[in-house]
Amino acid sequence: MAHDTPKPLVLSNARVIDPARGLDAPGSVIIADGTILAAGPEAANQGTPYGAELVDCKGAIACPGLIDFCVSVGEPGAEHRETLASASQAAAAGGITTICTMPDTDPVIDDPALVDFVLRRARDTASVNVQPLAALTKGLRGEEMTEIGLLKEAGAVAFTNGHKSVKNAQVMRRMMTYARDFDALVIHHTEDPDLAGGVMNAGLNASWKGLSGVPREAEIIMLERDLRLVAMSKGKYHANLISTSDSADVIRAGKAKGLNITAGISINHLTNNENDIGAYRTFFKMSPPLRDEDDRQAMISAVADGTIDIICSNHDPQDVETKRHPWAEAEDGALGLETMLAAALRLYHSDQVDLVTLLGAMTCRPADRLGLETGRLAKGAPADVTVFDLDKPWVLEKSAIRSRSKNSPFVDARFSGRVLRTVVGGRTVYAYA
Amino acid sequence: MTRFPVLSNVTISPIAMISMTATNTHRDNPFPHRHLLGIEGLHPHEILGLLDRAEEAVEVSRQIHKRKHVLQGRTQINLFFENSTRTQSSFELAGKRLGADVMNMAVSQSSVKKGETLIDTAATLNAMHPDLLVVRHHAAGAVHLLARKVSCSVVNAGDGPHEHPTQALLDALTIRRHKGKIARLTVAICGDIAHSRVARSNIILLNALGARVRVVAPSTLLPSGIAKMGVEVFTSMKEGLAGADIVMMLRLQRERMNGAFVPSVREYYRYYGLDAEKLSFAKEDALVMHPGPMNRGVEIDASIADGAQSLIREQVEMGVAVRMAVLEALAANLPNN
Repeated sequence: MAHDTPKPLVLSNARVIDPARGLDAPGSVIIADGTILAAGPEAANQGTPYGAELVDCKGAIACPGLIDFCVSVGEPGAEHRETLASASQAAAAGGITTICTMPDTDPVIDDPALVDFVLRRARDTASVNVQPLAALTKGLRGEEMTEIGLLKEAGAVAFTNGHKSVKNAQVMRRMMTYARDFDALVIHHTEDPDLAGGVMNAGLNASWKGLSGVPREAEIIMLERDLRLVAMSKGKYHANLISTSDSADVIRAGKAKGLNITAGISINHLTNNENDIGAYRTFFKMSPPLRDEDDRQAMISAVADGTIDIICSNHDPQDVETKRHPWAEAEDGALGLETMLAAALRLYHSDQVDLVTLLGAMTCRPADRLGLETGRLAKGAPADVTVFDLDKPWVLEKSAIRSRSKNSPFVDARFSGRVLRTVVGGRTVYAYA
Repeated sequence: MTRFPVLSNVTISPIAMISMTATNTHRDNPFPHRHLLGIEGLHPHEILGLLDRAEEAVEVSRQIHKRKHVLQGRTQINLFFENSTRTQSSFELAGKRLGADVMNMAVSQSSVKKGETLIDTAATLNAMHPDLLVVRHHAAGAVHLLARKVSCSVVNAGDGPHEHPTQALLDALTIRRHKGKIARLTVAICGDIAHSRVARSNIILLNALGARVRVVAPSTLLPSGIAKMGVEVFTSMKEGLAGADIVMMLRLQRERMNGAFVPSVREYYRYYGLDAEKLSFAKEDALVMHPGPMNRGVEIDASIADGAQSLIREQVEMGVAVRMAVLEALAANLPNN
C-alpha cells in the first residue's frame, strides 16, 4: 500500500445516508487528506478542493464504509484458504472498509506479538482497514485468560474465543471481571458444546435427513448464563451470533435491566433458513446452524427494533478439503464479505427493515461498540465511504468470487443492489467496472 | 487438671469467644484475652498497648544479652501445618528471648486431613501441657477450631486467607516508628487482596487506629463485598497510589499467575508491579512494605524492594519484637502467674 496522501475526492449527486446522525438526504461527500471534510446536503454546492477527483454518483447511495464485526482469515496458518490481501479485496468488492479479524488462526492470536504481526501484514498487504480481535483464552482452550492489557496495547480491539464457547463459567466470570478493569469488550459465541452436539438445527428437518440436531437451547442456555455473569462482573459483552427468537428475548430483557450488552447476527441467519440446506449442501453448514423460518423472521424483527445491534458476515473461508465431505464431517463456515450488503438489502426490499437501521447495524453501531472513529460521515472522520446502487440486479457467479475459497451459500443467487465504489481513507479501493 | 473449661460442641463467633474466655476483666489488664486469634475484636487501646510493649522488646533484641525471663518454665509449641520460614523462626526466637522452652512441630499437609484429625492433633498436644501454642494452618478458621479444643493460649500465625494478626501488628509498629502515628495516614494495600490474610488483618487494624485504607488490585484479586470492608477500592495503581503515605505490597502466589486470576507475570508486573514510575504517584516520602517472601519482578521491582523507601528488612526485625509482646501479654493471663 502506498502511504502518500490520496488526492481529494468529491462524491456528488448522491443520496447520503449517515446512520450515526439519522441522515438520509440528497447531497455530496467531500474528502481531503484521507478524512471527511463534509457530507450530506450541506456538502452540496460547496465547491471542490483543489485537484479533486469528481465522481457523479447519479443518485446512488453514499454511506459510511461498512464494518464487518466477524471475519475469519486464514492468515497466519491457512493462507491457501484466505490471506489478509484476498480477504481485503473481497471486502472492498462488498463495500466493507473495515474487517475485524477473528483470532482462530494458526497460531491463535493470543500474544501481543501476534497482534502486531496481523497489523503489520495488514498494513503491507491489505486494502481495507484491519482491526484484530484477540483471543479471550490462551489457545482458545477456554482455560486460562490472555493478557488483555498487553493485547489491547498492541492493538486488539476486542476479545473473543472465536467460534468456541468458554464452557467453564468460573473462567468466563474471571475473564469478564478482568476485562472490565481494562474496559475491554468480550465477544462470545454462545453455544453450549455438550448440548449442541449435532450438525444441523434440531427438529423435523434434521430427523428426516437423519442428522443429529443442535437444539436451540444450546444457544439460549449459554446466553442466559453469560448475562448472569455480565450482571455479576459488570463487564462489557457482545453475543456474537444469535439465531433464535428466545435469544432475542433474552437480549431484550438484559438490555432492559441496564446490562452493558449488545448482540450480533450473521447475514446468513437473516437471509437463509434450514430448508436451504436442500440435498446436504455443505456450504450451508455453519455454527450456529441455520434455523427455521420462524426464527429467521424473529431475527429480522429483532434487527428492525434494534435488539440486534450488529450484522456481520461471519465470513469463514473453507476449501474443498474441508467442505467436500458428507454433511456431518464437513467443516462449519460460509463466505460472506462480498455478499453481506447485497444480501442485507433483501430485508429492505422486502419492507422489513428500513435502510438507516439496516446500514447502522453495519456502520456506526459496530464502530461505537469497538470505539472506532470510522463508521460515520462526520467531519474529520476517516474517509471510509461506500457507494452503492440500491436496485441494480446481479447474480453471484462462482468464478467471480474474489476470496481464495469459494464456499459461498449465495452462488448463483440473485441480488438487487450492487456496490459501485469503495473508498478507504480517501483512496478508492474498489470501483465497479 | 483442667485449668480452663474446654469448650466443645458449642458454636460461637470468635468475638464472642474472646470475651467469654477473657481471664481477667479488670480494667488494669491491658490485654484481657486468652488467645490472639485475629485483630478482629481487639480494642484500639489493646492494639496500642501491644505496640508499646513491642517497643520495649525492640530494645531487648538490640542488646547483646537478648534475654528476659517472663516465660521461664513455660512451654511454647509452634505448630505449623503450612510451611513457613520467617514466621516460624520469628516466633521461635521471640519465645526463646523470653525464656520459654520452644518446640517446633512441622506437620506436613499430606499426613494431616482437615477436621477430625486436626482435633485429634489438638487433643494429643493438649496432653503435653503446653502453655502457648502458635498455629499456622492453610484453612481459614482452623486455628479457631483448635483453640476451642486445647487448654492453653493460642496465637494465630496465619489461617488460610483469614487473618495473620502478628503481621498486621508488626506492620503497624514499623509504620508508627517511621511516621510517628497511624491515624490519618493513607495506606494502599496492593495485590492479591482476595487470598491474603495479611490484607484482612491490616484492613481491620489500620481502620481501628484511624488510617485511611485503600486496596489496589485487578478485580479478579478482590474479594466480593470489598467496598464494604472499610476501604477505598482501586483497580489502577496510578489512582490508588496517588497521595499514599504507605504502599504495602502483597505476594502473588505462583499458581495464581498463569491465567487463572491474572494472565501472566509480565502483564501483572506491567500494571500492578511496584516500580519507580508507579511509586512516583505516591507521596514523595511514601514508604514501601512487603510481608515477604518477595517475588522480585512480579509484584515489586528489585530496585524498589532494596531502595531507600523500603522498610521490608525492618519489618522482619519488628516481627520478632511484636511476637515477643504478644507472647508476653498472653503469658500474663496464664494461671499461676
